[in-house]
Amino acid sequence: MPIIKVENLVKRFGSITAANNISFNVEEGTIFGFLGPNSAGKTTTISILCTLLGPTSGNALVNGYDCTKESSSVRKSIGIVFQDTTLDKDLTAEENLLFHAYLYNVEKAERRKRVDDVLKLVDLFNRKDDLVKKFSGGMKRRLEVARGLIHRPKVLFLDEPTLGLDPQSRLNLWEFITALPEKYGVTIFMTTHYMDEAEVCDNIAIIDNGNIIAMNSPEELKKVIGGDVIYLKTRDNAKAKDEIKSMLDIDASTRDGELFISAVRGDTCIPELIRTLGDSVLSVRLQRPTLNDVFLKLTGKAIREEGGADTDTIKAEVRAYRRRHE
Amino acid sequence: MEFNAIYVIVAREFKKFVRERSRLVSAIARPLVWLFLVGAGMSRLVPPVGGVSYMQFIFPGILGMTILFSSMFSSISIIWDKEFGFMKEILVAPVSRLTIVVGKALSGSIVSTLQAVIVLLLFPLLGLKLGATDIIGAVIICVLVSFSVSAFGIVIATFYESYESFSAIMNFIIMPMFFLSGAMYPVKLLPEALRFAAKLNPLTYGVDALKYVISPLAHGAMSPDFSIVTDLAVIVVLSVIFVFAGTKAFERRG
Repeated sequence: MPIIKVENLVKRFGSITAANNISFNVEEGTIFGFLGPNSAGKTTTISILCTLLGPTSGNALVNGYDCTKESSSVRKSIGIVFQDTTLDKDLTAEENLLFHAYLYNVEKAERRKRVDDVLKLVDLFNRKDDLVKKFSGGMKRRLEVARGLIHRPKVLFLDEPTLGLDPQSRLNLWEFITALPEKYGVTIFMTTHYMDEAEVCDNIAIIDNGNIIAMNSPEELKKVIGGDVIYLKTRDNAKAKDEIKSMLDIDASTRDGELFISAVRGDTCIPELIRTLGDSVLSVRLQRPTLNDVFLKLTGKAIREEGGADTDTIKAEVRAYRRRHE
Repeated sequence: MEFNAIYVIVAREFKKFVRERSRLVSAIARPLVWLFLVGAGMSRLVPPVGGVSYMQFIFPGILGMTILFSSMFSSISIIWDKEFGFMKEILVAPVSRLTIVVGKALSGSIVSTLQAVIVLLLFPLLGLKLGATDIIGAVIICVLVSFSVSAFGIVIATFYESYESFSAIMNFIIMPMFFLSGAMYPVKLLPEALRFAAKLNPLTYGVDALKYVISPLAHGAMSPDFSIVTDLAVIVVLSVIFVFAGTKAFERRG
């Protein structure tokens, strides 16, 4: 039985339709990604699943409970990390977590232990008596994820969990989040508009203008692009092109002094090309399709990035950081 | 209602109150300024009436002021919590909206009563003679008034989303409530229109009830304006109405 079941969900704000007849299921213990540009309807959907908003029509079930009629049972079943921090900055890390434990009615005998456990889990145990206002963005987010786990939820919602974090914090957080389903049996439901982050998901729904336009595993989604692209530089591109056609029956085209070839499996195609062309090959590079390409293909537009921090610049930052620190 | 949740909402407020020294200092300083600067100055102009000096007359009003500011600030912190996101943590928890409102109102009551008691203990400086029963009576009234003003503050806070509205609340709600509560001058001496406004003010009945305990023998202009039964009944009924209205508002807006 799916842990989240959404059927024909509609949410309208006046003339704006934020969720337009959305349906999907999420299986227990998986990581499900809700992918799309800002204002595509991600936060609206998450708000309905978290019982903060009522749908205009349609059904949403979490852990078997109806989000509208059984909101209290739904709330007990879920943990949430919102886009913007919801910690009390004037309390210590430990006090924030204890507040949560009381709020969720965790048994007296369990409270301390669970708070200590999650603090250790996110590596903040030695900072537990510090006020949250002294924490960095990454530490705050980790503390929020920890807090979301105290009452042992069945589903953990993460709304843009890495927004505003530096590259290293993002990597750390992902490492930690992706280990959660196995450790705690918790299902992760996340939204993001960073395509590279969505790669960690077992399943992805791509949402645009309130509609789900594709839903599948990242691998399957990328197949709509039609495979990999190989870029090849040779001593004589025209001659190489003919050879590839006659020997391998593959069409190559020329662009900017390079040959480019579409292949379903680029990694196995490269050895064949090199065997065929021998030492006239000067360079080879393989480009695998990204979810960005998928989004581009499905919607005809690139995903809008926030604050100009597009995927490439973030990748560049990661590379620069690694050069300095590794 | 979830008692663990109520406890922790109150505990948070209390902890933050103790931690913020500046809030505590200004909370105690404000009534002292009014009592000893405004009160002492006005005493030169207003002679004692019916055995009550002007400083003694305003003492219940100063207690009311302490409660008014402290309870309203405590409740208005809901707007801060909304602005800084913490309110979401509370709203997505499996607790009823009634629990949240009662928890918040109790937070304000406890913090306010504590401050009012500190001010109350200055009574010997004003030449007042209060016995143990008088003090207990005054504390009970302070608890009730604090709860009702805090609950009122919560209803106000549900209308606002950002703390930029704070000065509006200060100028158009808190200050008029103070001046129209009978704190500085008897309600019975006010012009008709203002007297009507004072009767709509929840704080009026709190200040009036405190006058019974602090200057029980007062007669004439500086005596209480309503019967003690009316005072207490109005405070209790208003508390229930405010809690109910606050809960409804929370259910609607969050």
